Amino acid sequence: MPAVVTPWWRNRRLIPWLVQGGVGLALLVLIAFLLGNLVRNLAAAGLLLSWGWLDNPAGFDLSETLLPFDAGLPYWRALLAGLVNTLRVVLAGLVGATVLGTLVGVASFSGNGLLRRLARIYVELIRNIPLLLQLLFWYFVVFLALPGGAEAIQLPGVVLAKSGLYLGRPELVNGVWQAPLRLTVEFSALLTGLVVYTAAFIAEVVRGGVASVPSGQWEASRSLGFTPAMTLRRIVLPQALRVIVPALNSQYISLAKNSSLAVACGFTDLYSVAETTLNQTGRAVEVILILLGSYLLLDLLISALMNGLNGLVQLKER
Amino acid sequence: MEPLIRRLRRELFATPLDGLVSIALIALLLAAATAFVRWALLQAEWAVIQANSTLFAVGRYPQEQQWRLWLLTALLAAATGLSWGLLRGLPHRGRLGRPWPPNDRLAALVLAGLALAVPPALGLQPAIQQRWWLITALLLGVRWAAGRWAPALPPALRRWIPLLWPVLYLLGMVLISGGLGLIQVPPSEWGGLLLTLMQASFAILLCFPLGILLALGRRSELPLLRWGSVVYIEFIRGAPLITLLFLGQNLLGFLLPGGMAPDRVWRAAWVLTLFAAAYVAEAVRAGLAAVPAGQLEAARSLGLPFPQALIHVVLPQALRVALPATVGQFISLLQDTTLLSLIGLLELLGTARAVMANPAFLGRNAEVYLVLAVLFWCCCAALGLGSRALETRLNPYTSTNATTATPAAPAQA
Repeated sequence: MPAVVTPWWRNRRLIPWLVQGGVGLALLVLIAFLLGNLVRNLAAAGLLLSWGWLDNPAGFDLSETLLPFDAGLPYWRALLAGLVNTLRVVLAGLVGATVLGTLVGVASFSGNGLLRRLARIYVELIRNIPLLLQLLFWYFVVFLALPGGAEAIQLPGVVLAKSGLYLGRPELVNGVWQAPLRLTVEFSALLTGLVVYTAAFIAEVVRGGVASVPSGQWEASRSLGFTPAMTLRRIVLPQALRVIVPALNSQYISLAKNSSLAVACGFTDLYSVAETTLNQTGRAVEVILILLGSYLLLDLLISALMNGLNGLVQLKER
Repeated sequence: MEPLIRRLRRELFATPLDGLVSIALIALLLAAATAFVRWALLQAEWAVIQANSTLFAVGRYPQEQQWRLWLLTALLAAATGLSWGLLRGLPHRGRLGRPWPPNDRLAALVLAGLALAVPPALGLQPAIQQRWWLITALLLGVRWAAGRWAPALPPALRRWIPLLWPVLYLLGMVLISGGLGLIQVPPSEWGGLLLTLMQASFAILLCFPLGILLALGRRSELPLLRWGSVVYIEFIRGAPLITLLFLGQNLLGFLLPGGMAPDRVWRAAWVLTLFAAAYVAEAVRAGLAAVPAGQLEAARSLGLPFPQALIHVVLPQALRVALPATVGQFISLLQDTTLLSLIGLLELLGTARAVMANPAFLGRNAEVYLVLAVLFWCCCAALGLGSRALETRLNPYTSTNATTATPAAPAQA
């Protein structure tokens, strides 16, 4: 009986190598093509990769910064100030969105039909309108239209005025509001927009998490004599958090990425500083590398924190 | 049925606390509604929408070429009517075809009402109002005819009708951009809703197959494919879209030989596509993970080659699971087109901002943003509804139940 010879194109061991070789070669050619063009074009434009320009004076001012900054300081200080601004709004946004999202998520289990429906309407309304449109709305329609001086909206401990948001016992001195903490209109608009938008998604996460706890758990704990509040805190939440925390991670990351829309509100975050820097220097490659690297780091930081938190809430097994 | 009073009492005033909360909420809602109505009727100036309706719809598309867009709209309306009628009129999985189920009657009424009310409200010229009425009449007429005579169509013809849509898409591209004897209209003259829909549809159509390939690559046993896909997906998902659009606008010119870089509009379209592909890939990957490994093994042991097992056995199940998440990505893609206004393209939001920069319409932000929000909300909500309808239709378990559940008994008047 003649031995059956498998033709090489049907060889089980050869095919994977052929496929990978082909794909690898195509990728290599593509990358070489792009990089070759990049180097050639950059050389022609006199913009070959260098980082020395970061030490040149920026020449533009930033409207608000935590770090002291003026136009005479170098570009890297401007970018750093932008990064700090981004971190500030992301941090405040995470806290705000978590609180509001949890409230709305829990409200969708309320015994009150009106509250329950309002929570649904909120989620459906916010999720189907682009974030950029919402940010522009908050900035131009709400915050820029606030009255100033004595007509400013006064709530206990908070004053909303054209010149900003004043927190902690604001006082009107010679027609100008003074308070220990003042948030600019730009920051407030961005923060409000991000919080309201992300909270709608977090509310869905919370709702899904609470719904994932079997109703028998509620019933059992009630029959053991727990009050509803205690049932929620001791029985339901610990189980719901196991579902909620991993899903929160991606919402937090998207909040961090969405903060790059700050430019719509005139807030000088990292992206907005980077855009100005690129327009002034023409250093496209370096600026984009800095941008992508910073956001990647921010994402990794949030992921690491959330993984730590996840380890705390997950079921401890042997 | 439970009397209204008792139901209200149970829902709103079950306990004293509930009652207080309800009263506070009702007062708040009433105050907000009154303020809104007062603003909309007395303070708002809707001239900014009425005077710029063409700009919002098609941007600076040359006026003498706009008949092409009207023709395309009419063709789309006819195709929609045809598909809708066939979908309802033909039997599906044992369900009898019914020309006019109650839901469809309602939808038709709503459509007719919108067509009658919206053009006059926008203050369109009488000639344009009549065109919209004709187009709506065409849609509903074709819908009626298709529902009426669908069962009489030869099956061979029926099978080819879905192909109408890709053909229409290509035809639409030609009609919009020119060629084949039509005058070229460069992308820089497309704008408004037209540009938004073109960008979104282009990216949605292309990102889906790309996303499936990336998902398969990520689950592949070949290390090069797997790591290549992982690096791509994670890189894209780690960066905000605006930085990628920024990259496309500023770096693409350096990455390609001089003159080969596409126009700014197409650059943005490709960036959107490549961006959405990474997210769709993750949705599809979740779907693939939901298909038990035994499915592929069974298909292989029946003698199906690997690609066929994938196409005929694994992917249909995986895509069904991935459908809601994928449509969710499409919805956010449609919303993400607004970011194009930040890189200077005049899509819907870009047009709006350009209009508001006009001194005549300064400070009319609220009106414009409200209209855009309603428009986006309707589009996104419609996509979501469509996805849910498709989900129940594709689900093998519920649709057979629905057949038996659909009452054949005469309706009680």
